[in-house]
Amino acid sequence: MEILEILLSENFWAAALRIATPLIFGVLGALICEKSGVLNLGIEGIFAAGAMAGWMAVWLGAGLWTGLLCAALTGAFFGLIHAILTVPLGLSQHVSGLGITMFATSVSYFTYRTALPQVSSPPRIEPFQPLDIPILSDIPFLGPVLFQQTAMTWLALFLVALVWWVYNRTPLGQALRAVGDNPNAVDAQGLSVYGLRMGAIVAGSACMALGGAFLTMSAFDAFFFGMVNGRGWICIALVIFASWRPGKALLGALLFGAFDAFQVRLQTEVGAFVPSQVFLMAPYILSILALVIVARRAEYPRALLTPWFKGQR
Amino acid sequence: MINDTVLSLNKLSKRFGTVVANESVTINLKRGEILSLLGENGAGKTTLMNMLFGHYMPDSGSIQVANTQGQLKPLTLGHPQAALDAGIGMVHQHFTLAENLSAIDNILLGSENLFAWRRSMGTAREKIKDIMHRTGLNAPLDTIVGKLSVGERQRVEILKALYRDARILVLDEPTAVLTPQEADTLFANIDIMAKDGLSVIFISHKLREVLAFSHRIAVLRHGKKVGEIATKDADEKIISQLMVGADTPATPREPLTIGAPVLQLTHLCAAGTSARSSLEGINLTVSASEIVGIAGISGNGQSTLAKVISGLTKPTSGELAIDNQPIHKFTPTSLLKSGVGRIPEDRHHDGIIGAMSVAENLAIERLDSSDIQQFGFLRDQELKLNAQNLSQKYDIRGPGIEAQTRLLSGGNIQKLILARVFEASPKLILANQPTRGLDMGAASEVGKRLLQARKRGAGVLLISEDLDELLALSDRIIIMHDGELHAAPSNNRAQIGLLMAGEVS
Amino acid sequence: MIRIEPREAPSRRLTIGVPVASALLALLLAAIPLTFAGANIVEAYQEMAKGIFGSMFAFTEMLTRATPLIFTGLAATLAFRAKLWNIGAEGQLYLGAMAAVIVGTGWVDGPPMLLIPMILIAGALAGALGMAGPAYLKTRFGADEVVTTLLLNFIILIFIQMMLEGPLKDPMGMGWPQSSPVVDNALLPQILPRMRLHYGLVIALVAAVIAHIMLSKSVWGLKLRAVGENAAAALHAGIGVKRTLMSAALISGALAGLAGVSEVAGLRGYLTTDLSPGYGYTGIVVAMLAGLSPLGVVIAALFIASVFVGADTMSRAMGVSSYLADLVVSMSLICVLIGGFIARFTIKMTPSNKKASATDSGAA
Repeated sequence: MEILEILLSENFWAAALRIATPLIFGVLGALICEKSGVLNLGIEGIFAAGAMAGWMAVWLGAGLWTGLLCAALTGAFFGLIHAILTVPLGLSQHVSGLGITMFATSVSYFTYRTALPQVSSPPRIEPFQPLDIPILSDIPFLGPVLFQQTAMTWLALFLVALVWWVYNRTPLGQALRAVGDNPNAVDAQGLSVYGLRMGAIVAGSACMALGGAFLTMSAFDAFFFGMVNGRGWICIALVIFASWRPGKALLGALLFGAFDAFQVRLQTEVGAFVPSQVFLMAPYILSILALVIVARRAEYPRALLTPWFKGQR
Repeated sequence: MINDTVLSLNKLSKRFGTVVANESVTINLKRGEILSLLGENGAGKTTLMNMLFGHYMPDSGSIQVANTQGQLKPLTLGHPQAALDAGIGMVHQHFTLAENLSAIDNILLGSENLFAWRRSMGTAREKIKDIMHRTGLNAPLDTIVGKLSVGERQRVEILKALYRDARILVLDEPTAVLTPQEADTLFANIDIMAKDGLSVIFISHKLREVLAFSHRIAVLRHGKKVGEIATKDADEKIISQLMVGADTPATPREPLTIGAPVLQLTHLCAAGTSARSSLEGINLTVSASEIVGIAGISGNGQSTLAKVISGLTKPTSGELAIDNQPIHKFTPTSLLKSGVGRIPEDRHHDGIIGAMSVAENLAIERLDSSDIQQFGFLRDQELKLNAQNLSQKYDIRGPGIEAQTRLLSGGNIQKLILARVFEASPKLILANQPTRGLDMGAASEVGKRLLQARKRGAGVLLISEDLDELLALSDRIIIMHDGELHAAPSNNRAQIGLLMAGEVS
Repeated sequence: MIRIEPREAPSRRLTIGVPVASALLALLLAAIPLTFAGANIVEAYQEMAKGIFGSMFAFTEMLTRATPLIFTGLAATLAFRAKLWNIGAEGQLYLGAMAAVIVGTGWVDGPPMLLIPMILIAGALAGALGMAGPAYLKTRFGADEVVTTLLLNFIILIFIQMMLEGPLKDPMGMGWPQSSPVVDNALLPQILPRMRLHYGLVIALVAAVIAHIMLSKSVWGLKLRAVGENAAAALHAGIGVKRTLMSAALISGALAGLAGVSEVAGLRGYLTTDLSPGYGYTGIVVAMLAGLSPLGVVIAALFIASVFVGADTMSRAMGVSSYLADLVVSMSLICVLIGGFIARFTIKMTPSNKKASATDSGAA
């Protein structure tokens, strides 16, 4: 059977991991924000800003890693705006997030167009190359799947471990979990609710921007308008699916990547009979399905969406 | 004899807008002393303690706290961290615990270096165990707080303070959520701690417990300290006079002949938020011209019972009849229509829509009635007229009938709800904690209205945590524990207390 | 030290003044990106004004641009009033447009008196249907409608693309993925000769007035506001919360659908996948600028349309990227959010002898 052949191929799993990489960054970023009690719908725009900033830094002559740093700082900047609006000012997290998405997207597009007014084809950069580690890459199956990814995929996997460690093994993680459950508990113990929440949003947004940067600096080598294409929103669905756990977030992103890789391959098999759009729709439909399945059981961080004001209890 | 001062509040004042919460309050506390801060709801006790703990910034005044050497040092105001560092621990009325963390994580929260890359809990655990051993405050340390009982959570709260070497412990209404027996255990623990040198400020409005175990009593009224007295020189009469200013006459309850049943529950089961609060085959009858009081510690099924009678929860089995008509459809509308008036437990959350006008809130339970609407459109004039009449009749005061309801005081919001409920002339009135958080004047108004309804021939189901209120208003008292009902054999407090704790004789 | 205290009730002057000030501030802030783009700022603003008020044609173009924004702004307003986060107006707009094309491209024939109401109803129904799904998933399964409506926007757009390459493809379209043109009898007529402005604007204005009356004067409106402000209390008072949410969802979707009909039958004449440059999302900005008031939506839509049309003209004249318009629109949303905060709270500066500071609000 063809399908089995697809599922057993190295290329398929390598592609799945590649597709999952930006989502891993995005889901982690959303998780960091939401666990502290703040929804960040700025994610879609922060993806675009990260993609643009990282690419542009490299295009202007910076190194790849400096480019990544620029992307992260850009994400952190937009995250900081969202943090100010939603934490000390306590404004609607929904509306502020959508505002950030519009703002970050339009700033990125405007900057790109202003820097490159008239180009027929988008200029390219030299993106991250697969890390071809001599012996490891030759391990059958696992070698090609794992060791021919770019450094950014490894960075994403490392971040999953780091985030898991922080939330489960460090005092900071305990405080971040507590502030998303009951900010008064954090305040009563002398910790700063504002500081924890704003820090989480800024860090989470920087992480989201890395997801965007993956698109222009690893998956492709140029910036296109509309290239984020709903990936941010998919991350918002995936983080609910993952019950706000880093491990499950990785799993969710991988499942999603596998499905996406699978449908691309299926398309070549049955593309003659089914319109290609059916396959294009599939990831979004899948995200909605995942959301519906877990929605009732999802244990939202108790303080999610609830602003907290100092001295008001 | 103990006489070294550990805490001194000097002329603290605080206003919220035009409301004076505290005015020039001065209080001193000595080492090893248990001081009761007594006052009605709204007398300013909690505000005062929130200033001490840095949650509120006083408008004027200062606070001095003794350091470990016993010298009084000024406290930086407005910073909880400063209060913590000075050795002040506070147990709030609403627990400040993260329910998704374990007990020990809650205790350690904020005491570790935030940016350490790993945690070392060995010594911390030893220290907590030692405190538990010394004070008798036991709690399962590794259980998620969400799974602990109320009493256990309270002990975790106190452990939190003691772990941080609190020398002054503030307890805000600690017994509100406890059975009388649990409360006695708490007092015993506090006594041990006080003998160990801990100073305790104990906020309460319950005279009995204040007299039973504190050393000194300070009384607040309308934000001012109106008296201070050594407990050994005090009795209920002196204290209550200080608290309310003058004797409030008990509302007279005339004897009435009980009529036909208006509410009948037969073998009713309903799922609550926990096993303890689920109803397990309860039988209950409330008759016309009768007030039945439900006593019990919150969380034992009272809310579930109220939800069923309000139409918010469907029973899983059994029958509910209003005025002998069995109810099949459990929606708020159908129960309203069959003659149930509901005074909800949380009036801000369930009772009113704060952003909408007083007039709209007064009409919201009968939007289908033709004197409110015509062809689906609101009759503005009628709406206003209705609101004007009811505001006058029920003495609802505030910025006006067009103003947002959230601007009303708690007492006036309750009056609004009473107006809405009583004007519909319900056969059965469900009054769930109707006086919680109200000052004595507003509370006695509620009691008066309930007795009026009883006289009119309505049946009243009164759910309350306040035993005094139940004893004053009810024709009979039923105790709720673990989702089951037990009739009180007498009006004896001790007996009722035992039943509340689930000790069926 | 700085203290933030809530106002008892924001004054009328503030509730109107703040959005106006925010909008103007956002326009002023446009000077920053203009400077980056190397444009002469004074000249740029002049060009912008010319693009709006320079001629009758320019002005009617602005009104034409405002038309779909009034619809999507109303869609967001009604949904947000019920605390239903319908972010899917973009998709619902396309569904409405598609329905108009299905009904109005020769499938049935008749006089305008018949065809125009038909395509309007068809578009409204399609838009309503587009929001019915997320509303059902929310009330039945508790699935967050923000995510579902956002994702549905992508699904619907791909679906439209599929239809335009399939059953709805114009056989005379020379291979372009576009629909057959709407028949003349189903087109919304022009209001003025030689101008593109069409009766969609009139329908939009009528919709705004009806929405205003329904929201403030009807029992349904009261229920909707009650559910939005405090769903628990609304439920306790016997209001059918799920039913109210569903009706708000359907009407919100229908309004977004009408935006699509109006664009297809009033302006373009046929359907392509670039029918809307994000009118659905911009509708959210319009609604927020309007303070979620249906009549305010009209004013806010005129402002946003002016920004778009003005920036278009300006960018053509001065070679500045037309993404400037989106930038100003998004900045005005952020400004109005902050403005709304200032309107609800007063910031008091009081001298303090202590180094401590606190932000006090609320009562004891």
